[in-house]
Amino acid sequence: MRHLLGIEGLNPVAVTAMLDLAENYVLLNRSGKTQRDLLRGRTLINLFFEDSTRTRTSFELAGKRLGADVINMSVATSSVAKGETLLDTAATLNAMNCDLLVVRHNQSGAPALLAQKVQAAVINAGDGMHEHPTQALLDALTIRRHKGRIDGLTIAICGDIAHSRVARSNLLLLTMLGNQVRVIGPPTLIPAEIGALGVTVYHDMQEGLAGADIVMALRLQKERMSKGLVPSAREFFAFHGLSAEKLAFAKPDALVMHPGPMNRGVEIDSAVADDPLRSLIKEQVEMGVAVRMAVLDTLARGPIIG
Amino acid sequence: MADVLFRKVTLAAPDGLVAGELLIQDGKIADFGTSLGTPEGVEIIEAEGAILAPGLVDMRASLGEPGYEYRETIASAAQAAAAGGITTIAVLPDSKPAIDDPALVRLIASRGEETGSVTLLPYAAATRGCQGQELAEYGLLKAAGAVAFTDGAKAIGSARLMRRALSYASGFGAKILQHPEDPELSEGGSATEGARATLMGLPGIPAAAEAILVARDIRLAELTGGAVHFAHISTGEACALIRQAKDRGLNVTCDTAPPYFDLNETAIGDFRTYAKFSPPLRADADRLAILAALADGTIDAIASDHQPRDADDKRLPFAEAAPGGAGLATLLAVSLAQVHAGQLTLAQVLALLTAGPARFLGIDAGVLRKGAAADLCLFDPHLSWLVEAGKLPGKAQNTPFDGRALEGKVIGTWKAGRRVFG
Repeated sequence: MRHLLGIEGLNPVAVTAMLDLAENYVLLNRSGKTQRDLLRGRTLINLFFEDSTRTRTSFELAGKRLGADVINMSVATSSVAKGETLLDTAATLNAMNCDLLVVRHNQSGAPALLAQKVQAAVINAGDGMHEHPTQALLDALTIRRHKGRIDGLTIAICGDIAHSRVARSNLLLLTMLGNQVRVIGPPTLIPAEIGALGVTVYHDMQEGLAGADIVMALRLQKERMSKGLVPSAREFFAFHGLSAEKLAFAKPDALVMHPGPMNRGVEIDSAVADDPLRSLIKEQVEMGVAVRMAVLDTLARGPIIG
Repeated sequence: MADVLFRKVTLAAPDGLVAGELLIQDGKIADFGTSLGTPEGVEIIEAEGAILAPGLVDMRASLGEPGYEYRETIASAAQAAAAGGITTIAVLPDSKPAIDDPALVRLIASRGEETGSVTLLPYAAATRGCQGQELAEYGLLKAAGAVAFTDGAKAIGSARLMRRALSYASGFGAKILQHPEDPELSEGGSATEGARATLMGLPGIPAAAEAILVARDIRLAELTGGAVHFAHISTGEACALIRQAKDRGLNVTCDTAPPYFDLNETAIGDFRTYAKFSPPLRADADRLAILAALADGTIDAIASDHQPRDADDKRLPFAEAAPGGAGLATLLAVSLAQVHAGQLTLAQVLALLTAGPARFLGIDAGVLRKGAAADLCLFDPHLSWLVEAGKLPGKAQNTPFDGRALEGKVIGTWKAGRRVFG
């Protein structure tokens, strides 16, 4: 594997190998040790065209724990003339002999375009409404550690599916591994023909959550209200926000996830988000570092077999 | 200019394809038939197996000039056209500046004359500056040579404005050419809404955005008595609406372009911006419906829909990349692929590329006729070639057909009796 541009194109063997490797990094991280020789002398550039504290920090930590020289480049798309940014940046990065390039961009397909032009291995850290593969991998790792498996589960993804790269990567990964994936949201936030991707669509939380092992809530951006996709935050919360009452429709041992950052009281209630017995949200963050270490490790080693 | 006698060719004559000969004298078609004898001093061209057709009439193309000369100049477009067997192009007005003044209409026509190889027929803007606000001066523009009125790749979105445009144009016997895509429904979109756009995370445009505007404008044509033409029809639903309107005797016509019957939405996989079009490529069911509408006569013409783009316009994230493909050099061969596939007859395809568009434009071209200017295209329907971006004639290289092996190649093109290609 030369780049990690999305879950699309991966296979279960490669994913399982990556999760197993991440499992080792969880133990290493918890032991307080680092492995500073693996990427020593290699340069990792975090190229973020969109603000993100969480993902950027996670990649930065992953790179540093493996001994890479990590540089953060934030490029505000508005400040650069459209069109020049991406390819000019690619040329600059080539000149800097960057080895690993972590890219976040507000346009679907931007990391794929960069991957055609740079010598570095490109890792998609979220592109538009397309994919966010490391988020899906860290979610899968989190689920596997708690449920003991990552197949045969019923997983409900709730909220703004239409604009969510997290939802796309997750549903691709989770269906590929043999889980039943449901998406739940108002019809205006469900993308066209998503059923063709192997998921079942629900608009009602009670129906959609029935029998679910895992419930994922997604961030609802304020812009969705202003663009008229949902009338108001309070209406969204009333019908699609994850509250304790709605969570009760899922299995008694159902666990709750959220990719962050949360809008408390919009897509998720604090009582659910902070419930230590049900919420995996903090652990997702921990798994994120381990998964990203596994991804950097894998890409630095070269092609995956299988 | 030497007189030319074509022998042992198949003539694409008005009454069908016939083996025969054709004589050019003084830049005009002097005669054609099964056997013409051999006048003295003529150049003889024998091309067994080749077809001699009227020069192709491309009823809709954007050229880079004026305003986007970095993409293409009229001289370079003329080279591509000649290589594609095209001798007449109707040029869209959404250039920089937009063609909304009689002087600009005359400029485009005279720039065509300067090439000596292609007649340029200017469309004029339907609204000033193609801005969709005020009507342009249809009477003056038509007198200057404008063939019809359109805002090019921009839809006339306002129903009130479209009504007035159709109504006012009808007073001059002029047609309005519409980009049939509801601007509100398509705003921000870059691919046809559906499973593919969902998977790629691209903002979608529902296919219904086309049918909705077509349905509205058919009704407005009926209301006003005006003539509406729908450009690059891409959906089966729009074809059905147009078929009905024609059956009812309304003044409605339409065209399509090769990408819409040759490609489907899968071409945009891997974020291939060279397959980004406006309207976007559709599901395969729509592609098949377009082919059916070409076969049954619902669609009046195949246009190149040529849109020159520079690499910098295309090497961008998908949603930011400019839509459109270079289409002049591949117009004939991609259309002939449907003949080889058994979907259309050769006579149908040639009519859609010559007589059909000429009839729409109201020009004396596109038909072999004694005494007409000798605008001719000689092609071998079985000669194969490879489409290679970077090696196409002309400056614009943004073909969606890069890497395709096509069967059917232009051997020579003549403009008013003068050989301009081959």
